[in-house]
Amino acid sequence: VAQEGKFGLGRPALPEEVAAWDLDIAPDGRNLPVGSGDVWTGDEVFAENCAVCHGDFAEGAGNWPKLAGGQDTLDRDDPLKTVGSYWPYLSTTFDYVRRSMPFGNAQSLSDDEVYAITAYILYSNDLVDEDFVLSNETFMDVEMPNANGFIVDDRETAEAHFWTDTPCMENCKDEVKITMKATVLDVTPDEVGEDE
Amino acid sequence: MTKDKKGMSASRRQFLTGAAAVGAGAVAGTVARAAGPDPLITEVQDWANGLGHGVDEVPYGLPIEFEGDVIRRNVPWLTADPISSINFTPIHALDGTITPQGCAFERHHSGAITLKKDDYRLMINGLVDQPLVFTYADLERFPRENHVYFCECAANTGMEWAGAQLNGAQFTHGMIHNMEYTGVPLRTLLNEAGLGAAGDFTDKWVYVEGADASSNGRSIPMEKALDDVLVAFKANGEALRREHGYPVRLVVPGWEGNMWVKWLRRIEVTDHAVESREETSKYTDTLEDGTSRKWTWIMDAKSVVTSPSPQAPITHGHGPLVITGLAWSGRGAITGVDVSIDGGKTWTQARLAKPGEKMALTRFYLDTEWNGEDMLVQSRARDDSGYVQPTKAQLRETRGLNSIYHNNCIQTWHVKTNGEAENVEVS
Repeated sequence: VAQEGKFGLGRPALPEEVAAWDLDIAPDGRNLPVGSGDVWTGDEVFAENCAVCHGDFAEGAGNWPKLAGGQDTLDRDDPLKTVGSYWPYLSTTFDYVRRSMPFGNAQSLSDDEVYAITAYILYSNDLVDEDFVLSNETFMDVEMPNANGFIVDDRETAEAHFWTDTPCMENCKDEVKITMKATVLDVTPDEVGEDE
Repeated sequence: MTKDKKGMSASRRQFLTGAAAVGAGAVAGTVARAAGPDPLITEVQDWANGLGHGVDEVPYGLPIEFEGDVIRRNVPWLTADPISSINFTPIHALDGTITPQGCAFERHHSGAITLKKDDYRLMINGLVDQPLVFTYADLERFPRENHVYFCECAANTGMEWAGAQLNGAQFTHGMIHNMEYTGVPLRTLLNEAGLGAAGDFTDKWVYVEGADASSNGRSIPMEKALDDVLVAFKANGEALRREHGYPVRLVVPGWEGNMWVKWLRRIEVTDHAVESREETSKYTDTLEDGTSRKWTWIMDAKSVVTSPSPQAPITHGHGPLVITGLAWSGRGAITGVDVSIDGGKTWTQARLAKPGEKMALTRFYLDTEWNGEDMLVQSRARDDSGYVQPTKAQLRETRGLNSIYHNNCIQTWHVKTNGEAENVEVS
């Protein structure tokens, strides 16, 4: 019999089922599995599973994402956003690699391999020494350079002037000039598609 | 891309035909006279003489072949790979507000997966009284709602931050679709699992993830989860398309498309934001000083003229001209759209086809006359929160050039004397 306001649909999730799917790691390291991996093991696992796209030193190959480098570029014209230069929490690296990488063969790595790869990515970003061992015990010892680089959406204050009862309707500008044209770049695909 | 590969497209040929018609000299205010009887009228045509297709010919139809131009397109250089990539809705060729599902844009991070209803499972766990597993059939037994909402990728128009780059409304504004969804409110499912264990909701979140390899996990504050988020299984009357999350997706009204998790498999009630990859590395907006905004969930008021536009030039010569486009806002309903043909010096209120609906596309029209003059066509949306769509210069003043996401600036099309249109920026 359904409880008040309930329909009595679905069935209890079993602990094994929750454990299989609930893999997300909190920024404070909660939910990390017991395990460990060192930089040198990570180097090997990375070479085997990751380097074909992300480069031997996590510097990226071709158009694939660069995982290392870019420190102190965030306020420049063309910032390079990597785990080292941009990501605020190490938990995200472990969580994302374990659940969604390698691209095309996700969820194939053991927890220890994920610890090792994460250690290697940290090393590639000059954030740990070559003898570093990452584990659920040492995880929160790592300081991420851009941990304080984020603010919560502040549009309603920073952009308060976009709320206005009196948008200009007439004589809004003296002069209008074309300053940039898309056809100069000529990077738009053909109308009928690339394959034709 | 090489020049010769571009060739001469169908619409380019149409355009040149139209330009010739302008040259032939239709004069505004004068009804053109026929040079002689039109054989399409005076001669019996095949379709008036023979028979068309039988009702057993097409059990599920596609558009007629003459509409072959109204298709999704992608831009290969935008991403490293077509699996974690984007394509674009042909908004330049559509009218009204409902997006046909078959040409509604796609954005995947590990491809469009095939997930049967029989294999589908939805788990609710975390800070709930009883973690639950639902089958697809279970979901269809909860009370349903119907709502029309836009889904706009956070990166829509993102390639245009630094300047005018892609030449067509499909490419600059086509990471969007608008559908009528049928589904179960998320709050109904959360209530089924019981939120007593969560206690005070003010600091609680739900983490939602998909069944695909990318998972696309995102954190949503409990207030939104209990408000209008829908667990949807139908769109525009039929099942979701594979590429749109079949059999079940999340619908998060007004919020960036990334949070509309497809192939939804798990909802976890938490006391913290997970700060997943899709809300740290991606979908954070870097400002000029190098700090970045996170949790920029709402899509601000925005509009674009879909015709005339680079892919929809004026081909009919002088005289009556319909300027039309789309407006939308994640903050509520569109209350008005202003259109300028002189690059923003003067504005005229357009006509809304219907009163704006909350977090849904709104069609606008400006019925005008064109005498062959150059135009710098713009549109400017207003919503019921009082927000007025800004210029790109205004956005750059507060954000710089590296935000990537949330570019809702006023778009300018330069319509030339021959009716051709180009994506430009103006001072």
